[in-house]
Amino acid sequence: MEAQAGALRSPEKADFGWRPILQAGLIGFGVTVYLCITGIVGTFAERPIIADVVSLGLTSLLLAYVAAGYLGARAAGVPGGMRIAAGALSGLMAGLGPAALVLLRQVVDYRGFAIQASPALFDLLTFGLGVAGVWIMPTAALLIGAATAAAGAARPAIRRLVIWTFGSLVVLGLFSPLIRVPLLNSPVPSLGSTLFAIQGLTIVGALVTVLIAVGGEEFVRWLAPRQRIAALPARRRQALTGPALVAGLLVVAWLPFGFTSFFAQVVALVAIYILMGFGLNITLGLAGLLDLGFVAFFAVGAYTVGLLTSTGEYGIAHWSFWAAVPVAIVMAMIFAFIFGLPILGIRGDYLAIATLGFGEIVRILANSTLLLPWLGGPQGVLDINKPIPVGPTDPLAGPNQIYYIALVCAAIVAFVSLRLRDSRLGRAWVAIREDEDVAEALGVNLVQTKLLAYMLGAAFAGLGGAVFAALIGSVFASSMQLYVSINVAALIIVGGMGGVPGPIVGAIFLIGLPELFREFAAYRYLFYGISLIAMMLYRPEGLVPSRIARRELHVEPKAPTDGAAVAAGETTAA
Amino acid sequence: MNAGTPAAVRIPLIERVTDAAISGFLWALRIIVILVVVIGSYLTLASGRYTNNWLDFIVGGVVLGSIYALIALGYTMVYGILRLINFAHGDIFMAGAVGGYFTAVALASVDFLNGGVINAIVSVALMMVVAMAVAVVIALLVERVAYRPLRNAPRLVPLISAIGASWTIEYTFRGFLGPGIYAYPDIGVLLENVPVPFQLRWVDLLVIVSAVVMMVILYLFVQRSRMGTAIRAVSEDKATAALMGIDVNRTIEVTFAVGAAMAGAAGVLYGLEFRQVFFLTGFVPGVKAFAAAVLGGIGNVPGAMLGGLFLGQVESWGPTLFLAGLGVPAVNQLRDVIAFTMLVLVLVFRPSGILGERITAARA
Repeated sequence: MEAQAGALRSPEKADFGWRPILQAGLIGFGVTVYLCITGIVGTFAERPIIADVVSLGLTSLLLAYVAAGYLGARAAGVPGGMRIAAGALSGLMAGLGPAALVLLRQVVDYRGFAIQASPALFDLLTFGLGVAGVWIMPTAALLIGAATAAAGAARPAIRRLVIWTFGSLVVLGLFSPLIRVPLLNSPVPSLGSTLFAIQGLTIVGALVTVLIAVGGEEFVRWLAPRQRIAALPARRRQALTGPALVAGLLVVAWLPFGFTSFFAQVVALVAIYILMGFGLNITLGLAGLLDLGFVAFFAVGAYTVGLLTSTGEYGIAHWSFWAAVPVAIVMAMIFAFIFGLPILGIRGDYLAIATLGFGEIVRILANSTLLLPWLGGPQGVLDINKPIPVGPTDPLAGPNQIYYIALVCAAIVAFVSLRLRDSRLGRAWVAIREDEDVAEALGVNLVQTKLLAYMLGAAFAGLGGAVFAALIGSVFASSMQLYVSINVAALIIVGGMGGVPGPIVGAIFLIGLPELFREFAAYRYLFYGISLIAMMLYRPEGLVPSRIARRELHVEPKAPTDGAAVAAGETTAA
Repeated sequence: MNAGTPAAVRIPLIERVTDAAISGFLWALRIIVILVVVIGSYLTLASGRYTNNWLDFIVGGVVLGSIYALIALGYTMVYGILRLINFAHGDIFMAGAVGGYFTAVALASVDFLNGGVINAIVSVALMMVVAMAVAVVIALLVERVAYRPLRNAPRLVPLISAIGASWTIEYTFRGFLGPGIYAYPDIGVLLENVPVPFQLRWVDLLVIVSAVVMMVILYLFVQRSRMGTAIRAVSEDKATAALMGIDVNRTIEVTFAVGAAMAGAAGVLYGLEFRQVFFLTGFVPGVKAFAAAVLGGIGNVPGAMLGGLFLGQVESWGPTLFLAGLGVPAVNQLRDVIAFTMLVLVLVFRPSGILGERITAARA
């Protein structure tokens, strides 16, 4: 492993080895087989990128070929023809994955062991030709692998152009339903119908996209906005921030109206998760307490608002949302106090399990017969009124008002957490996160400080739950699953801890996108899992980390060392 | 700086008040738990409604506990050697159960599975072998991809990676199997009763016996074999072990493989006992087995076995004994609540577990 990693990292090394190339190919083979038998190819085939031509499922395979070609070419390490041959070889090996599945099907019917190996999948893999079409995938893979290797060797400008073009095709293709509807309602409805099919781009649309992408890339390069802004004198740069901020706010405010009503619902949910992300940012990002039981406080907030405002069976007070929210927050904090006091003496990874246990306890109790007379069990608390009672045609009707409420709350939470981060308390949290013993020696009261972080995080989770209850209009025990905790933890880990943009980016990617592509719900947590591992391996500080987190967490990959040195490093880490 | 004078080290009033509040709270918690247990048990026993069930509860507890113990071994060994909670371990258990399921289906499809006692034994053995193989392969893959590159990272980083690995396995199997629940094929002879005066099926006996056998083998392996010595040496001190000529990476791999093999076998036993499997099967038993490992003292192999058996017992008769007398309806819904509460109580009041002294090293 060590030696091979060394070979991967030093492309200037001239010795040409077959093993790393074959290894890259083998990985490619494994990945394509994985994509097929876990049903990713089959399920994603229902989402066209270019209508009737290329689906997302096919794209996933193509991307695997590209990756295999890239890895193979990198493993080859030598410039020129051999590099392209290496890319072609490893690409071919990746392409053999689907072919092998098709051929195996001729020998034995293995569908009983792999339910995704359906006739539809084989049609897809052979382009409807049956066994006769088995050669198409490997051939395409070979060509793509070679092309990738060649593009890798090409000038950066060309490489960037290729990536830009394919990227915009995929993105526009995926989002086409979202763009098509407003275009059809616009003054030029024919624009919508010529460029976009019901799902995916039309061929015309694809060509236009390619043209725009190429032109756009050139244009942006000519415009070079970053360099230009950087070149401005400081005062003019500051003068730009105001208008930019206003423009950004206007776009954010316009979002729920821009597209379909479903989209409005999704952005409201994203806003709620941003809010909770900021909350967990305090607990996890600042104080380093991995709380996997966030859902417990989310549930407390949701049920509190539900019970206090519901006009249905289980409602006890018929309060307005605004009166119930502070109670929800306080209740969440009280629960956090009760939960937190005993367990906050526990360290790091034990805490994760203990909080996980709390989350489960709350879910089970909410669902239990024991609390059925008060919480409604699986049937839940229904008929929760919207915070601002307006008519159905009002711009604030439905999810729109929730979106604004959640955004305002998120802004408040972000402000609070930023101010806290730079306070004495925030520095105490960071000290605890870095080293509890040292922090204690410096006079930080551990339990008290951790408890504050835990309770503040819980308060925001309760707020999130309250807004969520208002969004859905009812509270069910089945909404209080572990996945709420998972979503929040994943979004701030992927987005980046400690700063403001992290949770926003994380929520857009991990909540917004999966909600928009509901048909892939089955693969949502697979995507989360893989992205968590990938983030920890390559970018533990998150996509958009705060400056401090980047400095603390980002470790440049070190040169491989021998076993003893690695082991020595481990003991210091442990 | 007058740090030497007593005035500088005087603890502020607010901290003294909170400290008092905290310890008061912890005492209240202790008292409440003890009261619930004592009064609940008294009322349940006094009601005399469950007199015939206790033996069944105990047998059920031993069966469940054996499975927990097998899974807990993997947690405890990996924690002992890497100080890492292998979150994916429960899912490796699930993978084993799925491997066993497909073996059973294959055996049933050639009419081998239900052909008498010998066939049943051979089938179960085959299922276990396949399950162990599947589990070991997945565990080694996870170790290589998700844990090994992060061994020197801050502790939160491999933990998050482990959580990611857990979801990746779960939802890979979700893709592979679909969301449905698969019913394990029945092995007829296993479902018959053992001729003893209480309710005990052959499958229960099989679970208990195979768990005991595997635990004994594991114990001998860890205590007596060369590799076992290496494992103990590496958990004690990696750097020194490496200097003594132990291949640390290989030792860690073996630890993962052994733990995964136990979990895989436990998966088959679980499947045979509860006769169903789906992609999230591993989650709850995984968390509970972790609780068992903590209960016994994490890092401690006999402790994990003891903790598993103990948790199985408490979970089996705890809900009825503690809660039924208090008039709680549908007590079995609250099984997991009891298990998780126990985990928290152990972590709070005796973090070193029943047999643990290693914890002090683990916390450093």
